[in-house]
Amino acid sequence: MMAGQEKGDLSLVALTKSFATFTAVHPLDLTIPQGSFFALLGPSGCGKTTTLRMIAGLEEPSGGRIHIGDTDITETRAYQRNVNTVFQSYALFPHMSVMDNVMFGLRRRGDKNAKAKAGEILELVQLGQVADKKPTQLSGGMQQRVALARALVNRPDVLLLDEPLGALDLKLRRQMQMELKRIQQEVGLTFIHVTHDQEEAMTMADSIAVMNAGRIEQLGDPATLYEQPRSTFVANFLGQSNLVRAQVNPGGTDRIVTVRVHDTDLEVSREHLPYGVDDVWLGVRPEKLRLGEAGGPNQLRGIVRDVSFSGVATQYAVEMPWGQELIVVQQNDGSARAVLGETVSVSWAAHHGFALDASQDAAAGAELVEDHG
Amino acid sequence: MAEAAVLSTGSAAAPSRRRRSWVPYALLLPGLLWLVVFFVLPMVTLASQSLQEGNVDDGYVFTGNVGIYVDALQQYWPQYVRSLVYAGTATVLALLLGYPLAYFIAQKAGRYKNLILVLVIAPFFTSFLIRTLAWRTILSDDWFVTEWAQKLHITDFLQAVGLTSNDSLLSSKFAVIMGLTYNFLPFMILPLYTSLERLDPRLIEAAGDLYASAWQTFRRVTWPLSLPGVVAGTLLTFIPAAGDFINARLLGNTQTTMIGSVIDSQFLRVLDYPLAAALSFILLIIIVTMVSVYVRRAGTEELL
Ligand SMILES: Nc1ncnc2c1ncn2[C@@H]1O[C@H](COP(=O)(O)OP(=O)(O)OP(=O)(O)O)[C@@H](O)[C@H]1O
Ligand SMILES: [Mg+2]
Repeated sequence: MMAGQEKGDLSLVALTKSFATFTAVHPLDLTIPQGSFFALLGPSGCGKTTTLRMIAGLEEPSGGRIHIGDTDITETRAYQRNVNTVFQSYALFPHMSVMDNVMFGLRRRGDKNAKAKAGEILELVQLGQVADKKPTQLSGGMQQRVALARALVNRPDVLLLDEPLGALDLKLRRQMQMELKRIQQEVGLTFIHVTHDQEEAMTMADSIAVMNAGRIEQLGDPATLYEQPRSTFVANFLGQSNLVRAQVNPGGTDRIVTVRVHDTDLEVSREHLPYGVDDVWLGVRPEKLRLGEAGGPNQLRGIVRDVSFSGVATQYAVEMPWGQELIVVQQNDGSARAVLGETVSVSWAAHHGFALDASQDAAAGAELVEDHG
Repeated sequence: MAEAAVLSTGSAAAPSRRRRSWVPYALLLPGLLWLVVFFVLPMVTLASQSLQEGNVDDGYVFTGNVGIYVDALQQYWPQYVRSLVYAGTATVLALLLGYPLAYFIAQKAGRYKNLILVLVIAPFFTSFLIRTLAWRTILSDDWFVTEWAQKLHITDFLQAVGLTSNDSLLSSKFAVIMGLTYNFLPFMILPLYTSLERLDPRLIEAAGDLYASAWQTFRRVTWPLSLPGVVAGTLLTFIPAAGDFINARLLGNTQTTMIGSVIDSQFLRVLDYPLAAALSFILLIIIVTMVSVYVRRAGTEELL
């Protein structure tokens, strides 16, 4: 990450924000490469908006620096920064037409081609035909696109999007997600997208920072975050996880280590095991679990306590001998189904498991998830 | 089932809609009556009175004497001009003083908002007359205000620009305009406050985010969005100030007489009712004309 500053990379150095009695953002270090689609994901109140507002210059940091490329912009005022925001509430100027809203930023900088550029960007967001209307005459989705166009047209170094899709219904939201992604790829600007919808973050972003209580829990591309969460918070907040208490057995090979779960030895990849920890949570994603004997070493037996069929998949709750229920999601691909009360085997491949330090709360983040599919 | 529900609301709506249609007019009736009795009738009486001739002792007869309007204008045009200039100046001053205060109360005062609003309205708890008399004391020669103004050469300045005629403050144009500004300031602040209160602070942030400096943000966002308050406040200040006669009488001199004082003395002292009525009517027409031009002009500037 310290591989030298590229021309337009955004970097935050120990950025902090404290309010009177409360630290909303703990010292935050982050580098976001130019042209990337970056998602800031976290539960309500974790400091996402505060972080964005500091980048935009609308909130003064209590400490730390903000750089774009080689320029330190920490001390500059909002209007001097080449950063634009798409506000959660859109904040469109109600007394101006859509066209005037979009031209606002260009006009303030004395751009002579304001009209042409605004027209172009309105075509890009497919709003050319409503350029003369007032924002209040538009639907929520259209207003959202006006807000996007108004920010995009300035070609900022960084575009900040604060839950811009929050107010839309599910269908429009999916549509806008694809559109946003398309536009980002077309114009090649750095997008920082704040959301508390994990699915939205995973579908759209090149990399995601999961934030919790003012700190970044983990940073990475969506697949890595999902496959190898490094904390129980990330494991639970990003999708569902089965977490089973386990002790690491001494020894093992370079690639495989065994852990002991209630008298059964199970295998896990060494690279998925935190270093120097003996007491762990062994985690497996529900869709990585298989019903029935797979012949591998990772196998547990239990009784089916709940079956729920959802079309493409069926979700089972399987009770282990020690009382814990494991969630198993099985694709409806024609494989045999289990029935309620049946004793079944649950198995998985060693490289699908991950181990987390057991000093953490196993339920961290689980209760905060809003959008479980 | 859904169909049945639609049908039943459909059939229920038809008669109730017909009944509802004249209810609003019935509700308007008391108001209309009030307007007829207290506005239209006096207006007609005033108009007819202005066209009568005679005197108090022998009574008046309607002669359709339109010439009185020409006489009234010829004789009293300086007082009309003066009234409009004084009222206009007081309105501009009240706007300059009131706007920052209203902005502060609406956007920055936080939990002191209500307290400051009460303080703005507090002078209304005493009578207009008492408040204006208080200004006589404040601006009198033996009070420290005048003394300091003299020491700081403010009186010299006011004399140089013609707002006072000697080195005291009282009995001058300056005092009349100050009195008007002071007395009608709350009428400016309250409407301004209402429209600035509704202003979404996120719009101001958005303007800053889009490269607008503080001044540009005010010019392009805050000001246009507060225009309804500006229009209402200036009207509520200008109209009563233009017809006012208390300030000119208590704080002015013979050279600062406003048209309100003239009408007052024609009605109550000279008892020349036709002239007083004609003077009132001219003032009314001037104000209505100015206001409608003003509202038309301001109204086209995108008032939402
Ligand atoms: N002006 C302020 N004064 C005091 N505390 C504040 C202020 N602004 C934000 N906070 C606190 O800082 C924390 C982070 O707020 P922030 O708005 O950044 O959360 P968020 O992650 O954007 O949440 P959400 O998803 O609900 O928008 C919250 O606990 C909030 O109460
Ligand atoms: Mg937020």
